[in-house]
Amino acid sequence: MERRDFLNSMALGASLVLPVGRSAWAATAENPTRQKLIVVMLRGAVDGLNVVAPYGDDNYLRLRPQIGLAAPGMEGGVLDLDGYFGLHPALAALQPLWQQKKLAFVHASGSPDATRSHFDAQDYMESATPGRKNTPDGWMNRMVTVLPGASTPSRALSIGPVMPRILSGASAAINLPNGAGGTKANILDSPAIGAAFDQLYAKHERFGRAYQDGKSAHKEVMEASMNKEMQMADGGAPLPNGFPDDAARLATLMRNDPKIQLAFVALGGWDTHANQGAGSGQLANRLAPLGHGLAVLAQRLGPMFDDTTVVVMSEFGRTARQNGNLGTDHGHGNVMWLMGGAVAGGKVYGDWQGVGDAALNEGRDLPVTTDFRSVLAQVAERHLRLGDQQLSRIFPAMPQRGPVFQLMRA
Amino acid sequence: MKQRFPVVVICALLVAALPVRAAAPLTPEQQAVHVLNRLAFGPKPGDIARVTQMGVQQYIDAQLDPESIPYPAALTERLGALDSVNRGAGEVLGEFAAYQKQVRDEDEGAKQKRRLGIARITLETAEARMLRAVDSPRQLEEVMVDFWFNHFNVFSGKGVDRALIASYERDAIRPYVFGSFRALLGATAHHPAMLYYLDNYLSTAPGYVPGGRAKLAAALAPNAPKAKARGLNENYARELMELHTLGVDGGYTQKDVTELARMLTGWTYDQRAMVRSGETFRFDPQRHDAGTKTWLGREIPDQGQREGEYALDVLAMHPATAHHLSYQLAQYFVDDNPSPALVERMARTYLDTKGDIRSVLRTLFASAEFMAPANVGAKFKTPYQFVVSAARAGATPVSNVAPMLSAMSQLGMPLYGCQTPDGYKNTQDAWLNPDALTRRITFATALAAGRLPLASAPPSPAMLAAARPAQNAGAAPAPAGPMTMAAAPVVAPLLDAAQLQATLGGAISSRTQGMVAGSPEPLRAAMLLGSPDFMQR
Repeated sequence: MERRDFLNSMALGASLVLPVGRSAWAATAENPTRQKLIVVMLRGAVDGLNVVAPYGDDNYLRLRPQIGLAAPGMEGGVLDLDGYFGLHPALAALQPLWQQKKLAFVHASGSPDATRSHFDAQDYMESATPGRKNTPDGWMNRMVTVLPGASTPSRALSIGPVMPRILSGASAAINLPNGAGGTKANILDSPAIGAAFDQLYAKHERFGRAYQDGKSAHKEVMEASMNKEMQMADGGAPLPNGFPDDAARLATLMRNDPKIQLAFVALGGWDTHANQGAGSGQLANRLAPLGHGLAVLAQRLGPMFDDTTVVVMSEFGRTARQNGNLGTDHGHGNVMWLMGGAVAGGKVYGDWQGVGDAALNEGRDLPVTTDFRSVLAQVAERHLRLGDQQLSRIFPAMPQRGPVFQLMRA
Repeated sequence: MKQRFPVVVICALLVAALPVRAAAPLTPEQQAVHVLNRLAFGPKPGDIARVTQMGVQQYIDAQLDPESIPYPAALTERLGALDSVNRGAGEVLGEFAAYQKQVRDEDEGAKQKRRLGIARITLETAEARMLRAVDSPRQLEEVMVDFWFNHFNVFSGKGVDRALIASYERDAIRPYVFGSFRALLGATAHHPAMLYYLDNYLSTAPGYVPGGRAKLAAALAPNAPKAKARGLNENYARELMELHTLGVDGGYTQKDVTELARMLTGWTYDQRAMVRSGETFRFDPQRHDAGTKTWLGREIPDQGQREGEYALDVLAMHPATAHHLSYQLAQYFVDDNPSPALVERMARTYLDTKGDIRSVLRTLFASAEFMAPANVGAKFKTPYQFVVSAARAGATPVSNVAPMLSAMSQLGMPLYGCQTPDGYKNTQDAWLNPDALTRRITFATALAAGRLPLASAPPSPAMLAAARPAQNAGAAPAPAGPMTMAAAPVVAPLLDAAQLQATLGGAISSRTQGMVAGSPEPLRAAMLLGSPDFMQR
């Protein structure tokens, strides 16, 4: 009760809108790509109730007698966040960021669309048009279009072998493979072979743009990864393969190539219908490299972390009750994570109504009390300094302008 | 379904309003190129002339009747030598379980042996698939295996599915690709690979207490957290309607998902019985929810296993399923956004023939849309189609599929490595990106320059292990290293550009042919396989 009153009182006092003129002006200063945004998408619907667990609600362990996380201090127990919520112990690497107030969460957030289909829900989260499947582009691509200043193809990049929906669209974007391959010389660097394929592709109607974007981004990325200063900074211990390694490489690239502004990484394997474990086990084994990677990203971005916001999101949450197989089924509301120098961290935000039977959506999962777009819009407005007009292009037909709380430092 | 019928009406009205774009009809040779790109994984040397001569209709008819096409003895022999591919599911699972038991053995050598043993099981399956895709003259059968496997995808990196994937493709997919959809649906629904992948094997009535079998499962996977079958799991029921049959807009609700899951409780398998006697499916009445269900507006009394069979009957013959499957087939074979009129005609054939896949394909291949000049080359090849078609065009005898598997992994499409149940997409949006073009060009260049060891000794499990899908799903599948293939030694014959051009014929535009002819001879074959024309089908 106390908790809700507190949030409601915040709601009353919070101002939703920044003066547009001033913020828009700030963004067009001489360094238009200074403010960075990195989105990490957990495909498969991560179990948010075991990422940021409401251990202070007695219903939590009643609903999850075997897979619920124990209280702080117990074996496999959560890391206390605020006396009510606790962080999964596998995410211990993020605790320092929480303490530095550079990490925040928005609980019971997500898409207002009721679908429990992974594929539709991911589509909606990437197009930012819940309920509308024919949106041609992703919201990060539209963001590139409206950001001030000149863009190079690498202004928005994804790590992974395919171009994600969120970055596809009219504006250029590139994708780099996982692992070290993306920062090494490729076959088109051979002059004769490069010339031969330039001829075939340069003005090709269907594939010319992808080819050219690939060429120029490769050039940029090669230059960035060869920067000596950064190689020194990166000369730390080798990282395990997978996300920590990719996160470190992304940090290096972003520090060396100031033209990179938006980045996207997707991680799979969160669809824990069976045996998800509690303090250890399947989910813990996936969260650990994620937490480690995010900590590495923050550390290796160095001073740039102050100008960076990292958002972690997933298409929907999972059932509040454990199912018959020590797992969880598809749910609705989830937790969004925000990290960065400008994040007003050290807080779990959201209109939280507990996990009592009456509070659950359809009697089974968290309601969505904060539209994911309102969180993203606030990041876009207050961190990337975009104005009303730009916001309405990125997030068309968004019913609610911003959440009733301020996630970013003024 | 409430939404479906108005759509049907609109579709019908559009038939007249959407004539196929006017363009000169295809010449016989262009038609041959087109069907080889769509019903096959592209031409092999001599194919275009052969199909032109026999006529595309005859080619299509023969491909729809694969038994009429003799299987080459050499290929049969190669496939026969792949142990894991030919053994029963229980036998392979037994071997897998034996490896799993050795996990307690901390010795590095033993661990390595176990890892490679498990890798061999899945990778022989991959080898069989690639050899058939490249060399089988029953090409449409291979194309349909690709299509249906993705439609009913299971991920080989999940637990016992490593051991069951070979049986799944051989026993649940391959025999049914042209027949009754109901039979195909039933085969996947009963197969342990699917029961395991989408967790139905664990799903029970509320309050069910597992007996001795749970202990046996623990013995089979001693280091895995104990899977407890103690209640409902709706994973399979949801994907059965969303992906396999009705489609996401097929008009069902969350309640229908839960009720269908209840109807399917008890559909499971017994690992020990599978290993001992090859039994791959078991209906366990103890686990079945005996209550009455209300599903898709029907009241379902308790009928044990028959409830699930009834559900499959209803789903297979549902108009939404007819529409969903027709759309997917048209998207695979015609273009990324197939015409509603075509989809509607196919759906009608589907319903008229009670879900006969071959008949739906006949309607598809006979359609004006299929042969429309505007749709020629309209499809962007998936990494699988690109790699297989390059191997076919190059005609290098393939004894080592590792370079192909590795390329597919790097391109984001590891074979049997799609973690999610929707399978791989086949649209341009999904696969065209800046990095992909560079990687495809790299593969083409290495193949043309004889730098891919396709003709070397068959791969060892260790070599193949580099190309296998990620086992720990926390990270994306790790590509098998950077683009070192460009600098690899020459180990195979160089491709002859003139021969390659003759093989590909009109699949290569005159624009590209001119540029290739004006380039230095050593680059020409690479330019053909790496050309924009070869990226599409």
